[in-house]
Amino acid sequence: MISIKNLNKTFMLDKEPITAVDSLTLDIKEGEIFGVIGYSGAGKSTFVRLLNRLEEPTEGSIVIDNKEMTHLSSKELRFARQEMGMIFQHFNLLWSRTTEENIAFPLEIAKVPKAERKKRVQELIDLVGLTGKENAYPAQLSGGQKQRVGIARALANNPKVLLCDEATSALDPETTNSILDLLVDINEKLGLTIILITHEMNVIRKICHKVAVMEDGKVVELGNVLDVFSNPKQDVTRKFVEQVVMETEEEDTLESLLDYVDPQGKILRLHFAGTATNEALISEIAKQFDVQVNILQGKITQTKSGVLGLLTIQLIGDKLEIKKAETFISKSVLDVEVVRDDT
Amino acid sequence: MTLEFANLDVDKLWEATYETFYMTLISLTATFILGIMLGLLLYLTGKGGLWENKVINFIIATFVNVFRAVPFIILILLLFPFTYFLIGTIRGPNGALPALIIASAPFYGRLVEIALKEIDKGVIEASKSMGSTTRSIIFKVLLPESMPALISGITVTAIALIGYTAMAGAIGAGGLGSYAYYAGFQRRAFDIVLICSIIIVIIVFIFQFIGDYISKKLDKR
Repeated sequence: MISIKNLNKTFMLDKEPITAVDSLTLDIKEGEIFGVIGYSGAGKSTFVRLLNRLEEPTEGSIVIDNKEMTHLSSKELRFARQEMGMIFQHFNLLWSRTTEENIAFPLEIAKVPKAERKKRVQELIDLVGLTGKENAYPAQLSGGQKQRVGIARALANNPKVLLCDEATSALDPETTNSILDLLVDINEKLGLTIILITHEMNVIRKICHKVAVMEDGKVVELGNVLDVFSNPKQDVTRKFVEQVVMETEEEDTLESLLDYVDPQGKILRLHFAGTATNEALISEIAKQFDVQVNILQGKITQTKSGVLGLLTIQLIGDKLEIKKAETFISKSVLDVEVVRDDT
Repeated sequence: MTLEFANLDVDKLWEATYETFYMTLISLTATFILGIMLGLLLYLTGKGGLWENKVINFIIATFVNVFRAVPFIILILLLFPFTYFLIGTIRGPNGALPALIIASAPFYGRLVEIALKEIDKGVIEASKSMGSTTRSIIFKVLLPESMPALISGITVTAIALIGYTAMAGAIGAGGLGSYAYYAGFQRRAFDIVLICSIIIVIIVFIFQFIGDYISKKLDKR
């Protein structure tokens, strides 16, 4: 669906060249929700703007739906843009237009006849859940409602691709969730390919199939969400994983926690990824082996393709039984780390 | 002392009021159109604009600055040959129109440019992302989104224009300024000066009121 090869973007800032996007190559499949995560300044915002040429690439190739974007004339580019929706962090609605009129705007641009426009606008309003707000001005809507208008507007011309530029970063967590649910809904209902850039790990975790981690204009890790975040190779990726799985401050509390735990048995830290936690691992250990399981600390989170988490447990009992239990555990989780051995 | 308005000729007063309205409204309409064109050109050719072009921007900016810098009373005199060529006379309300328009259009143009600069760049980016032409961006985004500011700007310009018509009147353009100066001041008929002033103040208030009302009505922010 989307194939990007060796994409570069260099800005001149005070006569110094700044590379915002650096030899970026990646492929995005049709119907995929593709997340790009990175801290501000990583180049992700520039990257998403290169896709619809709001920023002109310095070099490289972008093929979307078999069209080489970089070769399009300005007229062809306008038509290509009508087939790509885009939503923004600050919604970017026209305040002088009502909900209805804002959603009709891209249809006016695409020269859709008035009667058809009216019908399409109503469909979209129902789709994004804004029924009853047709005649409200953006100033009368909440942040979440504004983003719904933004989404409806982006979908108006039946695009094949939806670009989301930090679409939830200005919203509170609850509203973020409802907007993410809507995006998943659209992705499933319409088979839309969604490219989403964010600095929030939660967004990636909840809805993305694939993720690219960006740093200094480069993609430093790329793959399925679960693979990338269960086995982070780069520091930046690790930091993002900590956002959802293990807060650094919890590392400290584990240290102090250990002081209060009786020195017996073995303390293990289990790294989960995938479906392991669905198998009732803890009760299984307690049943099969003659050990007691003491849960010290844990954080487990759901991603779109499985469970991701960390669990610290203490196994108390006979040394041999503990050893057997440990072998059993290591078969069903991604990684087992011995924190303290008091056997 | 009692004010008797002994010198006042009501017919002449009406005629002068009509002429003031005539000059103000015609030049205001032309100023609105020309000013928006100038403002749009300044904005679009400016830094980061859709038609960014340093040379054209410099030429328009210079034109605007020069005509804003020349005091109005001198501008009328400077424009006499041009006015004569265009209108065929330099006297009467029509004779004042070219100078009024040339003085106020650049002033309003700057106000338009300021109003356009206030528009959120994100909205323009969003319109581009939908595949808009520059034409749709101008007519569906730039002008509607800046309309309250464009209206307050034209209100300020209208009030300045009313002042200009009085000045133009003093050198023969007609209107309340003319009546106040020739029939009033020069013949020591200060009742006429007073009544003309009051009417001008009322006209200014009317324009201000209408402008504020429309601007507020259009502002949905």
